[in-house]
Amino acid sequence: MSDGAPPIIRMTAVSKWYGAFQVLRDINLAVGPGERIVICGPSGSGKSTLIRCLNRLEEHQQGRIEIDGLELTGNLQRIDAVRREVGMVFQHFNLFPHLTVLENCTLAQLRVRKRPQAEAEAIAMTYLERVRIPDQARKYPGQLSGGQQQRVAIARSLCMTPKIMLFDEPTSALDPEMVKEVLDVMIGLAEDGMTMLCVTHEMGFARSVADRVIFMDRGEIVEENEPGEFFANPRSERTRLFLSQILSH
Amino acid sequence: MIARPVGWLRANLFSSWLNTLLTLLILWALAGVVPPLLRWALTHAVFSAADSAVCRAADGACWAFITEKYRLILFGTYPYHQQWRPLLAVAVLIALFVVSCDRRTWKRWLLPLWLGGGILVGVLMWGGVLGLDYVENRLWGGLPLTLILSVVGLVVAFPVAVLLALGRRSELPVVRAVSVAYIELIRGVPLVSLLFMAAVMLPMVLPAGMTIDKLLRAQIAFILFAAAYLAEVVRGGLQAIPRGQYEAADALGLGYWQKMATVILPQALAVAIPPIVNTVIAFFKDTSLVIIIGLLDLLSTAKSAISDPGWHGFYRESYLFIAVIYWGFCFSLSRYSQWLERDLKHGHRS
Repeated sequence: MSDGAPPIIRMTAVSKWYGAFQVLRDINLAVGPGERIVICGPSGSGKSTLIRCLNRLEEHQQGRIEIDGLELTGNLQRIDAVRREVGMVFQHFNLFPHLTVLENCTLAQLRVRKRPQAEAEAIAMTYLERVRIPDQARKYPGQLSGGQQQRVAIARSLCMTPKIMLFDEPTSALDPEMVKEVLDVMIGLAEDGMTMLCVTHEMGFARSVADRVIFMDRGEIVEENEPGEFFANPRSERTRLFLSQILSH
Repeated sequence: MIARPVGWLRANLFSSWLNTLLTLLILWALAGVVPPLLRWALTHAVFSAADSAVCRAADGACWAFITEKYRLILFGTYPYHQQWRPLLAVAVLIALFVVSCDRRTWKRWLLPLWLGGGILVGVLMWGGVLGLDYVENRLWGGLPLTLILSVVGLVVAFPVAVLLALGRRSELPVVRAVSVAYIELIRGVPLVSLLFMAAVMLPMVLPAGMTIDKLLRAQIAFILFAAAYLAEVVRGGLQAIPRGQYEAADALGLGYWQKMATVILPQALAVAIPPIVNTVIAFFKDTSLVIIIGLLDLLSTAKSAISDPGWHGFYRESYLFIAVIYWGFCFSLSRYSQWLERDLKHGHRS
């Protein structure tokens, strides 16, 4: 944790079940402002569920989750307040296909942040430039490549000027040649000091960007460490097995 | 130049022995049907006649009957010299539709425009103000009645249908139960029985001395009916929208109504255009069922036109005339929906 500042995300003894199946087991995690966390683990290990609990796309059943001092409960206003501060990028982009790239980026600014049209468009263009596709602003998502769409999705989230960005396997649905353009944007974001939680299998990204790497398996955090140690000396057998599978090719 | 039509014929009509056989069969059938039809409808038809005797002497269609009776068929028993008013009302309704066809007019001012148009139609039909004579609505009939029943019915039913569809998918148990109960109840009853109930049972339930006129009762029955059917069509559209769209809207902090209005419904309704238009067309024609509670819609006026003793028996001409009118409206709707589908798809070329 950096500088001993109070954590911006704090999960205390969080558990979650789908029916009888427990997806999250007693998760404890604190993330400081500006920290970059990479979460990895085999599929079904609960890593996506974990970050989806942080903006209440999923509900946790036990424990406490606090985001920037606000505890996530069933309180809808509280949930909206948290969602305003937490951006999310999805595996399948989830852009709005009936709106142009620019409209995708201004919609929530106009409706949620209540910014005037001109200001919202100016902010949208700033972030579209930042993800290096300002020239596509008038196109529809369906006319863009996967990599471009994911970069628009990142810009759309950034337009809300969130304090935290969640990435749920942002490169898993991309063709290999497009992974880099998305990772480059994410690296740029990390360099600017954004608090980031990334669920990803991009171990190169984890090694070079993350402050901490978290390994999850069967709904629990098995190991967390700074990336150098994590890759060089994994403590648990399960981590070692996972790394050998994922790094062997 | 010769080779091309020959090649086309060979490719499309005579490509195999089966196709050749079918082509010849169809040509034979057309040769049997078309000439007599043309003879009846055009060459042997009577286009103008002072009375029906001339028509009865000829063996063709009696279009003179339509010339004589078209105002009765189109406007029913509306006072003859005031019939410019329903004509204008029909024009206003059609104009409202035409204006609303283009997506560029889908703005906020469309709602006041429709309200204004509706009031204008009411003033024209009822009168009683601006020096117009008052005309009771039991005298209304024909095309304006059919159009008013279906347009008012659909315009009021549509927002109700959207709410019902959202309600049926709501996470709130009470809202969901009410929506499901309403839809299943109304859908489970034939429209005819709903009309009867509105005509016969509603007055019995109402407190003594209070009456709702027959037209309004029929209108309410139509709205209830159309809302239930359209709700299921809209729900179908909603189900076609992937969960990721809801999640992306949620993650951006959009509230429930913002999410529905800006992200989900625009996509869901676009998906549902073909079944929506299907329902609208069916509903437009179903207005002819008001005949059973004694309202004179287009079908009823056509029927009453042939009951004139002087012009008895020209039912073919009469029904053909209104069939063409019905077809004109339904076909335009159908073409419009096809155009709109293409236009929307063109927008986001995915």
